[in-house]
Amino acid sequence: MANATAQAQDARIRRSMRNDKIATGILTVIVAIVMLIVVAMVAYILFQGVGQLFQPGFLTEASRSNGTEGGIAYQLFDSFYLLVLTLVISVPISLFGAVFLVEYAPDGPVTKVASTAIETLSSLPSIVVGMFGFLMFSVNFGWGYSLISGAIALTMFNIPILTRVITQALEDVPASQRDACLAMGLTRWETTLHVLIPAAMPAIVTGIVLSAGRVFGEAAALLFTSGMSSPARLNFLSLNFASPTCAWNIFRPGESLAVHIYKIYGEGSPEAQHIVWGAAAVLMICVLLFNVLSRIAGKALARRMTAE
Amino acid sequence: MLDFNCSRRQFLGIFGGAAAVAGLGLAGCNSSAPASSGSAAGAGSSSLTGTVTYDGASSFQALVEAAAEQFMEENQDVSITGSGNGSGTGLTAVADGTVTIGNSDVFAETKLDADQCADLVDHEVAVVGMGPVVSLNVTVDDLSLDQLKGIFSGEITNWSEVGGEDAEIHVLNRKAGSGTRATFEAAVFGDETPDFQGEAELDKSGDVQTQIGSTDNAISYLDFSHFDDTKFKAVKVNGVEPVSENVYDNSFPIWATEHMYCKKDADEATKAFLEYMLSDDVQGSLVEEQGFIPVSEMKVVKDAEGNVTNK
Amino acid sequence: MAKQMPKRSLEKVGLSVTGACVALVTLVVVALIVMVAQRGLSTFLKDGVDVLNFFTGTKWNLAMTDEATGLPYTGALPLIVTSFAVTIISTVIALPIAIGSAIYVVEIQPKFGQKYFQPLIELLVGIPSVVFGLIGFHVIVAAVRAIFNVEMGLGILPGSIVLALMILPTITTLSIDALRAVPQSYRDGSLALGYTRWQTIWHVVLKSATPSLMTAVILGMTRAFGETLAVRMVIGGVEAMPTSLLNSASTITTTLTTSMAVYATGSVQNDALWTLGLLLMGMSLIFILIIHLIGAKGAKSRG
Repeated sequence: MANATAQAQDARIRRSMRNDKIATGILTVIVAIVMLIVVAMVAYILFQGVGQLFQPGFLTEASRSNGTEGGIAYQLFDSFYLLVLTLVISVPISLFGAVFLVEYAPDGPVTKVASTAIETLSSLPSIVVGMFGFLMFSVNFGWGYSLISGAIALTMFNIPILTRVITQALEDVPASQRDACLAMGLTRWETTLHVLIPAAMPAIVTGIVLSAGRVFGEAAALLFTSGMSSPARLNFLSLNFASPTCAWNIFRPGESLAVHIYKIYGEGSPEAQHIVWGAAAVLMICVLLFNVLSRIAGKALARRMTAE
Repeated sequence: MLDFNCSRRQFLGIFGGAAAVAGLGLAGCNSSAPASSGSAAGAGSSSLTGTVTYDGASSFQALVEAAAEQFMEENQDVSITGSGNGSGTGLTAVADGTVTIGNSDVFAETKLDADQCADLVDHEVAVVGMGPVVSLNVTVDDLSLDQLKGIFSGEITNWSEVGGEDAEIHVLNRKAGSGTRATFEAAVFGDETPDFQGEAELDKSGDVQTQIGSTDNAISYLDFSHFDDTKFKAVKVNGVEPVSENVYDNSFPIWATEHMYCKKDADEATKAFLEYMLSDDVQGSLVEEQGFIPVSEMKVVKDAEGNVTNK
Repeated sequence: MAKQMPKRSLEKVGLSVTGACVALVTLVVVALIVMVAQRGLSTFLKDGVDVLNFFTGTKWNLAMTDEATGLPYTGALPLIVTSFAVTIISTVIALPIAIGSAIYVVEIQPKFGQKYFQPLIELLVGIPSVVFGLIGFHVIVAAVRAIFNVEMGLGILPGSIVLALMILPTITTLSIDALRAVPQSYRDGSLALGYTRWQTIWHVVLKSATPSLMTAVILGMTRAFGETLAVRMVIGGVEAMPTSLLNSASTITTTLTTSMAVYATGSVQNDALWTLGLLLMGMSLIFILIIHLIGAKGAKSRG
């Protein structure tokens, strides 16, 4: 009897051990597959597209024939310009918004409403933001398809991400620093500007650069706001901001790289396909750069802050 | 302490820069309004300025783009830009004011309300023929209108029913807002549009080219300028070849007049560009170079209801 | 005293500047919700589309007029069904992989996970959705054609696979955080009782992390439900009730992408599209609500 129980016990232990091994094996395989997929995807895109980057004119010429010929110079410029416009609008708003939520607002209805609003914004599908931007800015405000409409739509998309990162960064500043400043007679505003924000800067910069990667690849919110075409000719030296050919005019239509890919992905001509893959490779490389840059910038800033 | 000052200054510097950019942007906004209205006052002067934007039919976008390139050579301060997201989109956009020109394969009346149409001015810039196209492996090379009717309403589902091999027919349709689809259905079905969607609804002519090139036993339809013998075959309709010459007298029945709509109070640059589209510079050479038919060649006209009459 | 005053006004400046930013964001969100709701509801209130018909009707064709009502066909059920189908299938595909890799990274090879796996998976988050769509269009659709021997290869299945790839990093990173948050003492206790590592993971770690894991899954589903362009590129776009995973279909978002700009603002068709937008917004609000409920429940059970 005792022997049987012991045997059953033994068998159970052995089974457990075997299950443990099997489970570990399966998990290892899963992780290997995931890593393989990621590496394969990135490699595939780069493999398909990198050759195109060295084609003369691909990065320096405007596109022709509805994007199926020529280069992607203006799309590349528009992507970066949209990104800059978006950051110019969204960084101060998110920064101050986060300061308000962390430093000023007591835990009360105000904070609750505001953070609910931001959370709602973060969960909205980008196509809904795009529809809203289209109706509000392109139609109601009469801005038509314009970079500024697109930048505001992207801002709405970007604010929740940035606010969350900055809020987190500010909260991570030790309370002792805050107390020390207040004890020295600084106001909360001075404390925030001179101590908290500089202390949180590495995390903030990392967050901004990472969010830039997201904004850079966003397309659905731009289809109806900044439009699906870039001017045929841009003048980068013109400072006449009202001129339609002035590259810096924020009321001209523009097309980001991601939108460009969406526009011509189905075009059958070999040249169009080369452009699509080339553009995808550029997009990937930029996003990778943002990724690496955010790590480097965060580390460098952190080193500078702590070194002194 | 010094460090804090420094980073604060940087901080303020960033914001100062931001404010400056925003300010410049706003200045651009303020001055852009008088610029566009001012150009109307300065009509006749050779320095035409303005932005012309267009959207709409993808079937003749290549023509508009080619004409725009020529036009911009002559008028350095005009910027013409646009895309081809379908006739419905183009007409809506011009009525909403998000673009200044709406390109369409169909009359505005078929897509917009009467009061929206009243505000638009039509420019007929070319005629385009459209024809059914099939995958390279399909042996059928002639279809009657009745057979097309059967295929695109889902009643005929096998190539053997129309004289081909025993294989299922894969119908690739265009999106419901597409002018090419409207034209095709009007010519094939008349008033009674079928309730049949096919196996895919594609957005643009280019998408059709790609898909039909990579799918066996498929059928779709395209305008003549998108024909590509290396990827798919164009088939005859009622025994008539799909070529421009057969469209002149309506013996090839599937064709549409290409319209460019602008608002009545369009700005000077838009009006000038539309005039240019109708001028000999475009009509005389470019239209045929790009695979379209000049309106002047046509012996018949089609009205908004689709009735064809001799000129 | 003289020195105090500017300080107090400085504080006021700070409060008003930051407060204004928060107010602005809140205002925009409220404006957005009100506007989408107003436009979306006018389909029913102004145009007289039957609410029940909208949600249960199986025929969506904005270009055609229903003789019976004089309105376009606006039965959105096929779109709703397709949206849920791609969301659920993609979650089912992504979930075991995501949680499996999270377990591996946290429990089995923490060092390797932190150093190599996590940066790699974060890279996946950064890949733009059009690029996923492009790969779907060229690789996954071709694979589906070859494997299932179908002509088109567009449909719900390729859409779900693309979406699974896209939500994989979201679920994985959040699951890793969830598993890391499980106190080490739980594991030590379980191992001390003689459980194997797998038994510990299965019975102790996963169980105590369940609420956070569910949050991770729902955030992934939120993303899948709202994703637009990548799905559009592989799903085909036929707005009909899906009969098979390999037939062309259309989700709410893909219909919005292709039809939104086609119909004039204020038309019945346009209003119907806004109703779809409202539906999307409502779903994402519901997803948030579920996350809050899970959070509240988790907090309660933990005391």
